[in-house]
Amino acid sequence: MKRRNRWVFLGLVPFAIMVIAFQFAPILSMLTGSLKPEAGSGISFDFYTKIINSKYYLQAIKNSLLISIFSSVIGIIVGLICAYSITRFSPRVRDRLLMLSNMTSNFAGVPLAFAYIILLGSNGVFTLLFKQWGWSVFADFNLYSWSGLVLVYVYFQVPLALLLLYPSFYGIREQWMEAASLLGASKWRFWTTIGIPILTPAVFGTLGILFANAMGAYATAYALVGGNYNLLAVRIGSLVSGDVVNQPQLGNALAVILALSTLLAVYLNHKMTQRSQMFNSTHAFARKARSRRKLLRPWGASSVKEEL
Amino acid sequence: MGTKKKTGWAHRSLMLVLMIYLLLPLLATTIYAFAKDWQATVLPERWTLEWFSGMFQDIRFLDALWTSLYLCGISVAFSLVIMLPAVFIITVYLPKWETFMKGLVVLPYAVPGVVAAVGLIRAYSSGPINITGTAYILIGAYFIVILPYMYQGIRNSLLTVSAVELLNSAEMLGATRIKAFRSVVLPNIWPGVIISTLLSFSVLFGEFVLTNLLVGGHIQTIQVYLYQRVGESGHLASAIAISYFVFILLLSMILMKLGQKMNKGVQG
Repeated sequence: MKRRNRWVFLGLVPFAIMVIAFQFAPILSMLTGSLKPEAGSGISFDFYTKIINSKYYLQAIKNSLLISIFSSVIGIIVGLICAYSITRFSPRVRDRLLMLSNMTSNFAGVPLAFAYIILLGSNGVFTLLFKQWGWSVFADFNLYSWSGLVLVYVYFQVPLALLLLYPSFYGIREQWMEAASLLGASKWRFWTTIGIPILTPAVFGTLGILFANAMGAYATAYALVGGNYNLLAVRIGSLVSGDVVNQPQLGNALAVILALSTLLAVYLNHKMTQRSQMFNSTHAFARKARSRRKLLRPWGASSVKEEL
Repeated sequence: MGTKKKTGWAHRSLMLVLMIYLLLPLLATTIYAFAKDWQATVLPERWTLEWFSGMFQDIRFLDALWTSLYLCGISVAFSLVIMLPAVFIITVYLPKWETFMKGLVVLPYAVPGVVAAVGLIRAYSSGPINITGTAYILIGAYFIVILPYMYQGIRNSLLTVSAVELLNSAEMLGATRIKAFRSVVLPNIWPGVIISTLLSFSVLFGEFVLTNLLVGGHIQTIQVYLYQRVGESGHLASAIAISYFVFILLLSMILMKLGQKMNKGVQG
């Protein structure tokens, strides 16, 4: 027994070293960096008060929150409708549709921003086309502004929402509906008393993931607007990589704020996942089938965080 | 959801709109990559392959491609060497730690790339370990990025093949523990491990934030290169973006086929 224990821990040492060095040490370093006074030693909240007193950084936080909430809510609404719609197709078509959505969820970051620049940028194909056709509706549209960013963010939120929500719709069995209607429930009543309560945790959980995804999105925004739009992630990036100004410690404090918001969102997702498991875990068989499905579709996992 | 009558037109048109919305940017980029010039018409008037040939003649592109393949390959291999024994030990001998591991594995999801980069830069830009701007810090950061995929993938395959039972029977038949792991467990989980490896590879291939912030000036991966070309030639950049996407697509198709194959093996 003793020999086995020693052997066991030896195999874990490299893993522990890597996780401590590249996961915990950076987080700790960021925290201490944000609490270190500019001169001398001790703990100070100078950087945080600086942020609170700065209109510029507050605006960055506000913009990020707004765009994340906006794009997540749109994403979840579209995702819900489409996930329901997909369950109405035959398995063959359904798999095709899911595969296509999953495929597009790989299209994120720099290539995505780039595609939108080609389509709707200042010299974009559609921009020029609409101008020629005299469609003035799009004359005011500016890809490199708030509306453009929302458009692009929604693009990467929709497939993610769809893929995360679809399994919960799939979990609502046809038999449940039949049982409910045998007991005299109308379709409306089925959804209000059974369907929606079952879906709610999944919806809020997915919302958490979408929110965190949008808050942390850097590549897309950076490739699209560079430093020109005031977003939290973009601000942090420019503070630490220092194109113009180099204030790494302020960047640390902003990064802590960003990390807190995403941690909160992922925690929400975690809690909600636990709650939604209450509905499903009664069936050991269902759980087994689900884990096998996860294994079957490893590409589903890639969409959990595609906006790296 | 069971057998259905014909799907209604509302659902059909909704899905059509969704697919157009999702595929339009991809389609436009593809057309742009093949277009000689594309202005003021719905489709380009003349087509060409010169952007693709230009792409393959561009030394910087080939360099970036090689750098990406090389860096991602090394990182995934390194991660595999560390994760395989670790996940095996935890799943088989220390199941009590699994709750802790679950939390640990979620952390990379919850910490956005920008935040991770900030911490890494501060931790490793001065002091005894000064590795900012080198490939070492990138390999370390990549290790954390793919940690969830590797852990889940390896763990799932271990559970699917019932590694504990396999191991026990092998040991009962007189195999040593290492031999049992090497010749019984490993061949059985191999397909699942290959899936997580490829998945991790494709994730790293698309990584931009950490690469740009940690080593942007020093090491050029395909994403960093693409970002730099966006402002220069739109057509060339589209050719690169589309080639990148096709590559990722091929990878995920292989993943799917492997997944199906593995599932058959498990059932049969």
